[in-house]
Amino acid sequence: MIYRETGQFKTSYAEDSQIFPIAQDRYVFWALMGFAFLVVPLVIDDYWEKSILLPFLVYSLAAIGLNILTGYCGQLSLGTGGFMAVGAYAAYKLMTGFPGLDMVIVVLASGVITAAVGMVFGLPSLRIKGFYLAVATLAAQFFLIWLFNKVPWFYNNSATGQISAPERTAFGVQVTGAAASSSASYLFCLIFVVLMGFAAKNLLRGRIGRSWMAIRDMDIAAEIIGVDPLRAKLSAFGVSSFYIGVAGALYFAVWFGGAEPTEAFGINVSFNVLFMIIIGGLGSMLGSFLGAAFIVLLPILLKTALVDWFSLGTAMAKHIEITTLGALIILFLILEPHGLARLWAVAKEKLRLWPFPH
Amino acid sequence: MKKTLLAALAATALSGPAFAEVVFAGLDYRTGPYAPNGIPFADGYADYFTLLQERDGGIEGEPIRYLTCETAYNTEKGVECYESLKGEGVLVFQPLSTGITYQLIPKATQDQIPLHTMGYGRTSAANGTVFPWVFNYPGTYWDAASIIVKHMLDVEGGSLEGKKIALVYHNSAYGKEPIRTLEKLAEKHGFTLQLLPVGHPGQEQKATRMQIRRDKPDFVTMWGWGVMNQVAIKEAASIRYPMDRFIGVWWSAAESDTLPAGDGADGYKAVTFHGVGDDFPIYADLRKYVKDAGKAAGDGSNLGTVLYNRGMAAAMWAAEAARTAMKLHGTTKITPVMMRDGMEALTVDEARLAELGLPGFTVPVAVTCANHGGPGLGAIQQWDAKAQKWSLITDYIAADREVVDPLIAEDSAAFAAENALTPRACK
Repeated sequence: MIYRETGQFKTSYAEDSQIFPIAQDRYVFWALMGFAFLVVPLVIDDYWEKSILLPFLVYSLAAIGLNILTGYCGQLSLGTGGFMAVGAYAAYKLMTGFPGLDMVIVVLASGVITAAVGMVFGLPSLRIKGFYLAVATLAAQFFLIWLFNKVPWFYNNSATGQISAPERTAFGVQVTGAAASSSASYLFCLIFVVLMGFAAKNLLRGRIGRSWMAIRDMDIAAEIIGVDPLRAKLSAFGVSSFYIGVAGALYFAVWFGGAEPTEAFGINVSFNVLFMIIIGGLGSMLGSFLGAAFIVLLPILLKTALVDWFSLGTAMAKHIEITTLGALIILFLILEPHGLARLWAVAKEKLRLWPFPH
Repeated sequence: MKKTLLAALAATALSGPAFAEVVFAGLDYRTGPYAPNGIPFADGYADYFTLLQERDGGIEGEPIRYLTCETAYNTEKGVECYESLKGEGVLVFQPLSTGITYQLIPKATQDQIPLHTMGYGRTSAANGTVFPWVFNYPGTYWDAASIIVKHMLDVEGGSLEGKKIALVYHNSAYGKEPIRTLEKLAEKHGFTLQLLPVGHPGQEQKATRMQIRRDKPDFVTMWGWGVMNQVAIKEAASIRYPMDRFIGVWWSAAESDTLPAGDGADGYKAVTFHGVGDDFPIYADLRKYVKDAGKAAGDGSNLGTVLYNRGMAAAMWAAEAARTAMKLHGTTKITPVMMRDGMEALTVDEARLAELGLPGFTVPVAVTCANHGGPGLGAIQQWDAKAQKWSLITDYIAADREVVDPLIAEDSAAFAAENALTPRACK
């Protein structure tokens, strides 16, 4: 009833091909944007910033990146953690090497550097696919982490190999370092996520995105109809790595303020991001956000619920949290293999017909 | 399970807003690959506060509220715990993780909450002029490294010229800490240093074993934590490496690390800064008020173990610092800022230890404005596999200050320069 599109007529191409063709979706989206930009910055505190919103935003960006590569172009990658590390270390080197540089430029440049690295590691994808490519990207993961551990230049010879973000500004507002205000660092990340989300959505709807999907669905057929696999695959690796690199830079500089390659960008990060897109929905923008929310926020919600509301011991709560998360992942994959995004799509179909399903 | 539930219920029952209270928090890890070491420490830390609460009704009459948060030794979780607990008025954070410490140093400094990273964390935080909010008494990794080398000198009769020493370390900020000091010491004493990193979580050490077997270093020292410790000791035992030449840092020397290797671990050594066993008067009270009363944080099986004692030491210094802060400021309602002053004025000598029921338990500590790293003393303890007991085999040895102090000055100056800090003046 509330989700009816009766009476919504499209009278131009622009209207017909907009991102949210249903008016209600648009209203919800703009309301959400308004809330995120206008209300949240006023009420945000350190806990919400550091433990909930920034992790969600950063991992959403990483999930979009991996979704471009795996969900849209069909190239399975286990190198996400390594590429995030490239973004983080690029940001660190730029921040310490050029102290006057604006953070916006630092973050974008880190993305570009990661894109270049990602394309190099994407080269094998021209010859190998599927599980074999997954193993090749796994090699990238281990090589990159090893490199950042091994070569002191990357961490400016710090005694522990730990990198920490100095205080830097974006347009004169401090966004990194412990003294940065919660709202500033939140808005900084949010702007990146929103703009890059839009960019990705439009890229995916256009020629380049279609060429990726053609490669994903059947690479030989795509080649026959004139899609150049070299360009398609490498551009997918490049764009995907750009997003992951930006996520890595934000992770290190804005959210965490410090990092240590083995723990922060280890193989478990690669798997986590992969879980996000599988649970959220392969080949879906909404899925990237839903998956990130699921993996990042559910453990915190469970922890809060079990410890604060049910007064369980912290260790017991942690065990329950781990098992519940695992069980939920299996349950979701059995009930809806196409992820949360598909679940939402089904619900939307139902809602549009409700309350007269015939 | 039931006990924890009861304890949690008791804690919630006590924690009305009407009470003015002193708040402490345990950033525990009772899950994951580091749990074998995390559990006894967390138990000791919590039980000491429970003891004070049950026996004395708190600290100077002020009831204690004790909060916990599970970090699983994971940095992201640790920061989340810190952010969620700091609003509760926690007086001091002790993350028991070097990785989490590195994240918390800037945050805690900004939020003006003291950090006590007892024998871990960033070594150069010992320089109180640069790190006013961070304390790592009674000793640092670099103290530990130099004490270990001093012990090797003793074993070798005064010279390490031409010897080969291998460092087996957890490949993280924690494990890498001693490298710089060991390199300096290698220059000074003329030994060669071999670095053998072990990746998280440390279950896979075949490569390390092969290297030790091939190169036959004269000594092996270890910076390990969690399951890495027991695996390393087992591997060393399996190649029959002489155990009395295998010396761990104080975090690589718990019962849970040596027991799995059985008789093979006999003779394994480690540096420590506190006594072993439960032969201290305080244990009578701990049993009476905490364990037998069913208020223990864990299952009560860890009493008297190395890490339990260490957790207790950490809690003891925190409680004493709170007491000092109360005296300094003339109020029992202290804030984290006052707590910091208390930590900086903390003096716990042998007489005070005896009063606390811990005679001869640990090194005397006297923190000053400039020196947050404490006395930097350590003894060597050795494992007896037959008796399944650690025993101290040396007196407390002083760290090589002429090597460690310049390194601390250098590293803290680098931190100050990087963050554009002006070191404060200390009287």
